[in-house]
Amino acid sequence: MTRIEAIVRPSTFEPVKEALREIGVEGMTVSEVRGHGRQKGHTEVYRGREYSVDFLPKIMIEMILPDNLVEPVVQAILRTAKTGKIGDGKIFISQVQDAIRIRNEERGESAL
Amino acid sequence: MLVSCALVLLMTGPGLALFYGGLVRKKNVLGTMMQSLALMAIVTVLWALFGYSLAFSPGTSFIGGFRYLFLHHVGAAPNPAYSPAIPQQTFMLFQLMFAIITPALITGAFAERMKFSAMVLFMVLWSIVVYDPLAHMVWGSGGFLNVASGGMFPTLDFAGGTVVHISSGVSALVCALYLGKRLGYPHESVRPHSVVLSFIGACLLWVGWFGFNAGSALAASSLATSAFVATQFGAAAGVLGWMGVEWIRNGKPSALGGISGAVAGLVAITPASGFVGPMSALAIGLIAGLTGYSMVTAVKTKFGYDDSLDAFGVHGMCGTVGALLTGVFATRAVNPVFTNGRGQALAVGLIDGNPHQMLNQLVAVAISWTLSIVGSLVILKVVDAVVGLRISADDEVQGLDLSQHGEEGYNLEG
Repeated sequence: MTRIEAIVRPSTFEPVKEALREIGVEGMTVSEVRGHGRQKGHTEVYRGREYSVDFLPKIMIEMILPDNLVEPVVQAILRTAKTGKIGDGKIFISQVQDAIRIRNEERGESAL
Repeated sequence: MLVSCALVLLMTGPGLALFYGGLVRKKNVLGTMMQSLALMAIVTVLWALFGYSLAFSPGTSFIGGFRYLFLHHVGAAPNPAYSPAIPQQTFMLFQLMFAIITPALITGAFAERMKFSAMVLFMVLWSIVVYDPLAHMVWGSGGFLNVASGGMFPTLDFAGGTVVHISSGVSALVCALYLGKRLGYPHESVRPHSVVLSFIGACLLWVGWFGFNAGSALAASSLATSAFVATQFGAAAGVLGWMGVEWIRNGKPSALGGISGAVAGLVAITPASGFVGPMSALAIGLIAGLTGYSMVTAVKTKFGYDDSLDAFGVHGMCGTVGALLTGVFATRAVNPVFTNGRGQALAVGLIDGNPHQMLNQLVAVAISWTLSIVGSLVILKVVDAVVGLRISADDEVQGLDLSQHGEEGYNLEG
């Protein structure tokens, strides 16, 4: 089992979600997050005082997948979330030891 | 008149509370709004017990006496010293609204860092020591600066340039300096948490201000209309002044700049509203917008004081500018306040042909500034000694809402 965390632009979230559904991703957790990598923030001015806003709004999608879905998911995200400009986001991939469905205590891939 | 009372109350409650509430960080929104509400209640009670008497009953040139203590002798009968047409209770209520909003304006300077208990004690003392005497001097019959009863320096202050805005704004500066800066200011972000709330608040202030200014004619008269007109033009010019200079200097006209300009224009037109025509009102509003902008950008930055919500920059300075410009633009064509023995109208302001009026206005401004500085400083020392002024650093980080009131403005999981 593999965990994929994808941080994407809020404007690309809908196409990403559609593409993931098409290739058969059944569950995901989504959060509105703020952060930055190389993309610089912007400045806001209130009554003449400038504030630099470093953290920009992004959407983080978390999925735990059976290993055979990982590469199709990565390709789907790359296809739909890429604009080619700084600020498109990142994908992190990591191994998951186990998964447990709380309702019936099923374990492993069948719990996903 | 009763409508005017209600309109001014609209300024303080929803208007000022939302305006200030939106400008603070979200951990302080309730604490800030609560200050306006608490003052509505506290000053009302003080006014009934002795405030109205100290401001408006016959007394010395500087403070009223005790004739209206507990609102004795304040009933349905008009008080001819103020208005032969309306019941004295109505006049008393209308004046109460001014007594409420004035201290509420000060709260903008010490926002986000003063103890609630200290705020209450400060405001009780401030009402007695600064507001009541000043209101008596300018508006009370027999007052030192009163126009109608022939004071020594008859000052033109139609709806509270000296009494309301200079007194609150200058006291606000004293508070900001005495309390010191907020933690982290000016390095950390202290952005307004919701300019939307402030925007709604400022628009309510604009509406309520008509009660303030037009109501000060104390009658449904042509003078009330004239004040209503001047108020609208002053506010509009204030918006354009502030927004315009911001647009030129920053490249973007901001919503916060627009509403700040409206308030600046309204503040400056307040003393002048019953004395000037529409063209003068435009000039006063425009000058106020520019004054407010330079105060909160250049002057505040240069001197480094933390007047958190710009009570001094907007109310203190635009009030001062308004009080002086009233002396410049006041005209007998609008309000013949000075007459000779045969009842002929005499020149009122500088342009009207009465340069001497500038001296009267200057004296009133000087007295307001002095009383506000000295009075506030003494009261701050007393309150600091009795309950302490500032919340602890931990409480300040946590915010007023939780530390002072045990609740939060926005409960996401609620």
